Amino acid sequence: MGPVGTSMPTDVERWKSEVYGNEIREHLYRFAEDGWDAIPADESDAWFERFKWWGLYHQRNGQESYFMMRIGTPNGVLEPGQTEVVAEIAKEYATGPVENPEFGDAYVDWTTRQSIQLHWIKLEDIPEIFEKLESNGLSTQQACGDSWRNIVGNPMAGKAPEFVDALPVIHELNDRFKGNEEHSNLPRKWKVSVTGAPDGSGQGDINDLAFEPAYKEVDGEEVRGFNVRVGGGLSRNEPRLARDIDVFTRPENAADVAAGISALFREYGDRENRYNARIKFLMDEWGPEKFRNTLQEEFVDFELESAGEDLREQYTYNAGGDEHGDLIGVHEQRDGNYYVGLNVLVGRMGADDTKELARLAEKYGSGEVRISQRQNVMITDVPEDDLDDLLEEDLLEHYSPDPHPFMRGSVACTGTEFCSLSIVETKNRQVRFARWLKQNVELPEGVEDFHIHLSGCTASCAQPQIADVSLRGMKTRKNGEPVEALDIGLGGGLGENPQFAKWVGQRVPVDEVPGAIKNLLANFEDQRESDETFRTFITRQDEDELEALIEPEETGYEDPMMHNTKLTWYPYADEDDMDASPAPTDGDGNPLAPADD
Amino acid sequence: MSVALRILDDGAWLSVNDQRRVSVSELWRVDAPEFCSCELVDFIAEGFTEVSADGRDVAVTTYGQCIACGESGVPGKLPVGRIRHGEYTGYDRQHMIMRPIEHRVSR
Repeated sequence: MGPVGTSMPTDVERWKSEVYGNEIREHLYRFAEDGWDAIPADESDAWFERFKWWGLYHQRNGQESYFMMRIGTPNGVLEPGQTEVVAEIAKEYATGPVENPEFGDAYVDWTTRQSIQLHWIKLEDIPEIFEKLESNGLSTQQACGDSWRNIVGNPMAGKAPEFVDALPVIHELNDRFKGNEEHSNLPRKWKVSVTGAPDGSGQGDINDLAFEPAYKEVDGEEVRGFNVRVGGGLSRNEPRLARDIDVFTRPENAADVAAGISALFREYGDRENRYNARIKFLMDEWGPEKFRNTLQEEFVDFELESAGEDLREQYTYNAGGDEHGDLIGVHEQRDGNYYVGLNVLVGRMGADDTKELARLAEKYGSGEVRISQRQNVMITDVPEDDLDDLLEEDLLEHYSPDPHPFMRGSVACTGTEFCSLSIVETKNRQVRFARWLKQNVELPEGVEDFHIHLSGCTASCAQPQIADVSLRGMKTRKNGEPVEALDIGLGGGLGENPQFAKWVGQRVPVDEVPGAIKNLLANFEDQRESDETFRTFITRQDEDELEALIEPEETGYEDPMMHNTKLTWYPYADEDDMDASPAPTDGDGNPLAPADD
Repeated sequence: MSVALRILDDGAWLSVNDQRRVSVSELWRVDAPEFCSCELVDFIAEGFTEVSADGRDVAVTTYGQCIACGESGVPGKLPVGRIRHGEYTGYDRQHMIMRPIEHRVSR
């Protein structure tokens, strides 16, 4: 077996070796019962690291005692009734000391990995929240931490056209690997995508482990299943596309193949250096051939099949062509009913709106709601006769099934509002960007799909490298003063031949970014050859030409968050100095006296 | 008395005795002529990879970028505070000039 950390383990590995996985829960309940102060002062780092496994992430500096809670919904499927539960939990528990000026005081974030994030959660409320979630079939288990994360795919699996059925495989993997002690303590996070649709919409290329639709001829019969790719991911300035390891699996064997690969990662992943721990770095070192050989020899007790024929040349999702592929709008299901994809700008929806979404899903559909990897939601199972009435509902004015391209294409991560790693404010800024662009910029003829992804740092939670315009948090000086800035990348996307954005603009002050996008689109319109797509246009430019395309400039756009939002305790507080923070607070939100060091 | 020094949350911050002390996204002036050609590096801290203490300073090995010229990388172990009698005191990082501690030792 592989080299498990034998020399000096990291603190995180040591903590994990002491208490990890399901058993964290009893401690969490104990602290919830006894209150925030019950966490021993010299153990808080360890406990916060462990709490992640149960989907709880301590919010950033200045927001101590408040947690982000992530709920993992496999493939983004919220069963009938679950959306209402999420809305009620957000309303009751996800309210912080200060309102967000765009989104109010309780909201739900739909994430790029088809999960749900709530903020301002208090430790003391966690048992009640868990009870409510779990009695309704929802869970936060392994939503963060070093284990199997929420499994993603085409959100319409089981309803939209598929080459092979993905949802039963996703459910089998979820059932087998959630709470499974053999796989609960991995060297790092483990992101899995399973796609049965022939359009590439599961985004397998950017996951640690991807199952993509494929087929083989066996004894003259076509066998449908999945080709396996390993080692994709976008984080840390080291984006990688998952590599083809020349393995085909039938749906009924997928969980066994996945178990072998997960065990290989458990044994050979780097536990001594967390920055080198993701499997993409092991794949860099080994290459696909050694990876496959090791998997065959040490981790599975059956003969692996060689890769089948894939469907990659049919991929249209985010492939730079004419098709949206984002599932927004009205689409027919396999069963003759319809689903309606609604655009949720930057993925954030107020708790009241989420409750209304649940009501509409009940009234017009089956009650089910699905979450996409573009931070949007779908109401499913709507009979054709009810479509017109659904489309007339007020909620759809704000969460449109036919949004403006700048609204439709916007994705943003959490940012400095709550996240420790981010360098800039993101969600509210992307809302301001999208509104300004909609009002002030004409899209070139025929361009109906234009993705702008804003990520606060190199962790790349907004998946900026696979957008037409990638924005990534930075700093610069403007008139000598430090201001928030963005690096600008161009031309990223998926499809048969995925490519990561090329970074062409560095440290553009945030108030000059909308002007840069406006000028970029004007230059594209001037210089494109006939009806050339944006991605093709970008691909044929050399580095100097690319840089010349973006001409950052101030416009009528004004940015109220130019200053260092990370130095505030909460960027939208009237008194935003770190010293003005009420945190940490008790279970009722009352400030606690500062603890002695 | 031993002091626990750690980098946590994917390199987002430095913990000293389970207290968050330094976060990424701070801007520092760094005297590191071999890092870039600017007189002083106008350095944004993007990620911490290691922490060390040399008896005088607590220093973080930091990945980042000079926001004046764009050079990126690791200028060295940068002193962010000190420990006396088990107590950590952060330096006034916004108003000091940092020098990587490995350079100081060699001079």
